Amino acid sequence: MSNVLIVCETTPEGALRKASLPAVSFGRQVAEKSGGKVHLLVLGSGVGAAAEEAQKYGHKTIVVDDARLKGPTAEAYAPIIARLAKEVGASVVAATATSFGKDILPRAAALLEAGMVSDVIGVLGPKTFRRPMLAGNALATVEAATAVVVASVRQTEFPPAEPAAGGELSKVDAGEVTSKGATFVRAETSKSARPDLSEAKVVVSGGRGMKEGKNFAVLETLTDLLGGAMGASRAATDAGMVPADLQVGQTGKVVAPELYIAVAISGAIQHLAGMKGSRVIVAINKDGEAPIFQVADYGLVATWEQAVPALTEEIKKLKAAQS
Amino acid sequence: MKILVTVKRVPDPEQKVKFKGTSVDVSAANWVINAFDEYAVETALRLNENAATGEKQGETIVMSIGPKEVSQQLRSALAMGADRAILVGASDEELDSFAVARIVKAVVDKEKPDLLLMGKLATDGEASQVPQIVAALLDWPQATFAAQITASGDSLEVKREVDTGIEVKQVKLPAVVSVDLRIISPSAVINGKTPPTHSYQEGPRYASLKGIMAAKKKEIKEVALADLGVIAKPVTKLLSAEPPAGRKAGVKVKDVAELVAKLKNEAKVL
Repeated sequence: MSNVLIVCETTPEGALRKASLPAVSFGRQVAEKSGGKVHLLVLGSGVGAAAEEAQKYGHKTIVVDDARLKGPTAEAYAPIIARLAKEVGASVVAATATSFGKDILPRAAALLEAGMVSDVIGVLGPKTFRRPMLAGNALATVEAATAVVVASVRQTEFPPAEPAAGGELSKVDAGEVTSKGATFVRAETSKSARPDLSEAKVVVSGGRGMKEGKNFAVLETLTDLLGGAMGASRAATDAGMVPADLQVGQTGKVVAPELYIAVAISGAIQHLAGMKGSRVIVAINKDGEAPIFQVADYGLVATWEQAVPALTEEIKKLKAAQS
Repeated sequence: MKILVTVKRVPDPEQKVKFKGTSVDVSAANWVINAFDEYAVETALRLNENAATGEKQGETIVMSIGPKEVSQQLRSALAMGADRAILVGASDEELDSFAVARIVKAVVDKEKPDLLLMGKLATDGEASQVPQIVAALLDWPQATFAAQITASGDSLEVKREVDTGIEVKQVKLPAVVSVDLRIISPSAVINGKTPPTHSYQEGPRYASLKGIMAAKKKEIKEVALADLGVIAKPVTKLLSAEPPAGRKAGVKVKDVAELVAKLKNEAKVL
């Protein structure tokens, strides 16, 4: 009764989402402290490929593949997760704190009467975790007192797991699938050739000072030169300059790339909460007093109109010299 | 529609977080309505009105859990236009997500609303759990992180903000919906009464002077946990809290050339 069950996430095409792997790392850390084994759960419709991939990481991998599970809903998934958590003797059930994990895990926790810890950034004991609160301005140590504990795992704080000696893969029936009056209608996915914002090594973000959406083109050039992902502050997404799923911050995504370049972003607390964990932060802002400079390793007081094209040129020259 | 909206008071997020020993010190906190809960109140008001004629339909009830002082935050929700309020007395030590969810469920059982609207998270604890837990306890469908709601008949179509874009989910009423920040954009709430050409002001509405006067006469019903038949027993314990290690102060560079040199030679990221 000290095993760990990690709920994996799949793409609409039925592949394993890479975002699942930090949760596996978390699971291994917990299992080390609890003396249990890490079990992986893949559920959905047409998720055979994901299950095969997941098999490389878990002591055992369970796959629930059922047409009725097409389009994830918390109503249908949570009871299956709760049932299987009991079957594998899990004392900890976890997933990465993506929008999928955040939606489904608390519902599963309720069914398991499990205490839940959100956005875990560190494992201190089998049921004692660290997590940020107050927009990252406090780090809390939280202990859950229930037989089963549910945790969501902050993606940027655990490395993606490496494959281990693959365990067995077992197929399990979905059993009764309940919709509770909820229907998944469709996903409107924004397509991008760039890396996923939460996984990118470089993130270039623009803020209110970019003035309008078309000005983001200069940031795109820089982003692509660095092989990075585009981000934005709430001010920029609210103003409709770029789509909402680019938002970095307390609402939006938490990123921790090797290099974060904040352009024309003042640095509101809510934005800092989403990028303070980056290894190197560069801030470019025409206002030398902007709060973003307090967290930046390198600050450049300049307008984006001057600085960004010049920076792109310099890096281009550097890359040409390196190759 | 009869809508129940939960409202939590939180320390003003713009205020610096203070510590006392190994816990967060809120003794000097300036308490405000959790922003996402304010968005939920706005959403409820939009769902229950024809914005063109000012005509109201249904009922909007706001509830909170906490000490007596929370009536201040409930009063401002009433001033925005909610009809009445419920304040469940409890101390913070008795509360965690599970305890709060049990209390909210008990109020839902009494009030039998068509819709439970909540903020997607509270800006202090940031757990983002209670709406989903209440939905499970009620055995209701849930639509979390709502960026747009279209009400029609006995169901809602909700555009949810997810990591990869938007997910559209339909939920039959009664349901639990948690709102994300874009629910307060000008045409995010479509109720079939307000003309589709109507565009709201961005953000939650300000209380008018008339609204503030009217709120003074509206009821805030105080309820004890015992009256609800709920024993609030937290299952998670906050052992300690400490400030994060601050980032080392950086440097200002004079130009792009110096920036690139530093990124290459010092930070080694180029």
